[in-house]
Amino acid sequence: MTRAADQTKHNALIARARRVLALVKKEVRQMVRDPSSIAMGIVLPVILILLFGYGLSLDVKNVKVAVVLENPSPDLTDLACGFQLSPYFDAQLLTSMPQAQQLMLNREVDGIILLQSDAARNLKMGDAQVQVVVNGTDANHARIVQGYAQGAIGQWTARRAAEGRSVNVGPVTVQDRLWFNEANDSHYFLVPGLIVLVMTLIGAFLTAMVMAREWERGTLEALFVTPVRVDEILLGKIIPYFAQGMVGLVLCLLAAKFLFHVPIRGSVWLLAGTSMLYLLVALSIGLVISSLTKSQFVASQITLLATFLPAMMLSGFLFDIRSMPTAVRLLTYAMPARYYVALLQTLFLAGDVWGVVLPNAAVLAGMAMALLLLARLVTQKKLA
Amino acid sequence: MFEAILRILALTRKELLTVLKDPRSRFSLLVPPVLQCLIFGYAASYDLNDVPYAALDQDRSAASRELLAGLDGSGVFHRVATLDSIESLKTCINNQRALLVIQIAQDFERRLQSDRPADIQVIADGRNSNTAGTAILYVGTVVDAFNAKWRSSHGQPGATIQIINRAWYNPNLETRWAMIPSLIGTLTMMQTLLLTAMSVAREREQGTFDQLLVTPFRPVEIMAGKALPCMLIGAVQATNVLLVAQLWFRIPLAGSFVTLYAGLILFLLAAVGIGLFISSIAATMQQATLYAFVLMMPFLLLSGLTTPISSMPRGVQYATLINPLRYAIEIAQRVYLEGAGLDRLIPDLWPMAVIAAVTLSAASWMFRHRLE
Repeated sequence: MTRAADQTKHNALIARARRVLALVKKEVRQMVRDPSSIAMGIVLPVILILLFGYGLSLDVKNVKVAVVLENPSPDLTDLACGFQLSPYFDAQLLTSMPQAQQLMLNREVDGIILLQSDAARNLKMGDAQVQVVVNGTDANHARIVQGYAQGAIGQWTARRAAEGRSVNVGPVTVQDRLWFNEANDSHYFLVPGLIVLVMTLIGAFLTAMVMAREWERGTLEALFVTPVRVDEILLGKIIPYFAQGMVGLVLCLLAAKFLFHVPIRGSVWLLAGTSMLYLLVALSIGLVISSLTKSQFVASQITLLATFLPAMMLSGFLFDIRSMPTAVRLLTYAMPARYYVALLQTLFLAGDVWGVVLPNAAVLAGMAMALLLLARLVTQKKLA
Repeated sequence: MFEAILRILALTRKELLTVLKDPRSRFSLLVPPVLQCLIFGYAASYDLNDVPYAALDQDRSAASRELLAGLDGSGVFHRVATLDSIESLKTCINNQRALLVIQIAQDFERRLQSDRPADIQVIADGRNSNTAGTAILYVGTVVDAFNAKWRSSHGQPGATIQIINRAWYNPNLETRWAMIPSLIGTLTMMQTLLLTAMSVAREREQGTFDQLLVTPFRPVEIMAGKALPCMLIGAVQATNVLLVAQLWFRIPLAGSFVTLYAGLILFLLAAVGIGLFISSIAATMQQATLYAFVLMMPFLLLSGLTTPISSMPRGVQYATLINPLRYAIEIAQRVYLEGAGLDRLIPDLWPMAVIAAVTLSAASWMFRHRLE
């Protein structure tokens, strides 16, 4: 009796597996026939990888500045030379401030280092002023330029001090060390961020579009009259796009390692495991959105707004979450990308820090389960 | 001529109806830009106002306490831990409890009092090296203040160099002042481009494009009738974002609205031109979305919105010259912060006109090409 029950159960299971397999096969065929979804899964990630790797950088080099010496003296010319030799600056020497201001107005320089006509005399007296004027439009850039200018002036004073001419910038100096990114290369955090964007794009955007198309064209209706169950339909969508996401991940990891030389200090398996969790989350968001909207246009808009842009702006990959106002900070807790960014940055640069990995991975796992359930709930085998 | 205008207006009306009659699509066009501007306006900032740090004070002297008090009182730094060993320093950074650890060595005060230079070590979490770098600069400011105070109270010998920092256009170096004007173009472009790209593709997919073909519309009229509603919607979106910038964030506008809108209209023309071009080559909505996305990514990332154009490699910098968003952002920032007038914006205006002319004529050629 029980054996017979077991047997029917077993048969049912096999039948389910076959149905899912058939759906996956259909999906793969569709993917192959319509190159645009393959393109979205492969071409877009490649474009993003190249853009991020070669295009984006927050490192500041060769800033065009004007060094204004209103009254040149050997000491001050020495300082100006410091700016000209620095790799951070592309300095041109001027002798009048109005000239420099004109350059700044025309955006031909990003900053002015001004040594007024009395600077040489004051320096001998023991108290000189250097004015650093920057274009504040890009505040981040401006702040970095200020920092470098300060550094160049600091080096000059150190040089003078070594020559026995005492000049102090201050008794206390700051020795800074940047852990995990000693060379201060912005690619180290831009490339892990890129992976988040690619996974979001493939996971949420592609799935939402594909599923919404089925709703819009009525092909899902055709599926409803077959014996396939809703969870099987969902599985049939998840499996092929999950595979495509993993292809994207491998592409990104290879590019990170071999093209951009970003170190992977944590374990690759943890990296892959957590990425799978995030991919599941993204896929289920895509499924939920498409089932709720049932239209390609609306689905594409909502996915863009709900997943892609937050992944870029609210995930902490570019902008520091701690500095956001409380309401926005609370909102970031609802963004899966936030946890994935923390995981990737740590696994890439710091290593297997369990104190960071475990809580973040746990949240992603919880979100994946909740969202998959939600996707199952909102996808009903009936017409709206 | 008059009839042509009537026909274009009729098509415009029909287009607006198609897009706006569906409440979900109406909602997705009007509400998100405003919400995004609010959220990103707060979120998209490189400024730090809360830096958790840990102190490893091995000196425990009056001087070291004063320095740390300067940090605590800065309003930016808050101390999450007072450490007593190098080992705890490591876990503190690894687990992201603190963004930086300030280590003050045992001889700190002694060195200061004997007029020898004293160092403090700042160890920062470089997982986001930009944030860490900014935080280190902030530490520098606090240390400068400490130095000035120490010198004046202890009468240090030797000449001093005083660095005076000034920033034009944005005296307090607030990222938000530049970010929110940039969002006007960015948010508008993302939706206008998708909307335009889908407009013809939708008709193709649903088969209504054939019906449009048997009407007395000429291809140019069809194109104008498709472009106009998208530009209108784009202008409304941009105005909404502008209102948020003015009324909510109260970003000071140094220039004039007229200049801003002149730039905006050219920008919308360029964006719609690109969208229509995509639409003219895409057969289905999915293809249209895909092409729009493939173009939007580079537009967005290479616009100077998040990373400065001057930091990009030379070749990529040239590529940004065909990006309309680059000009829209530059115009918005310059009008807002510098108060630039039309005369100074000409280098930003004419490229957009060229982009619009090229894409619109290409799209119109494609329409003719496909229609006949």
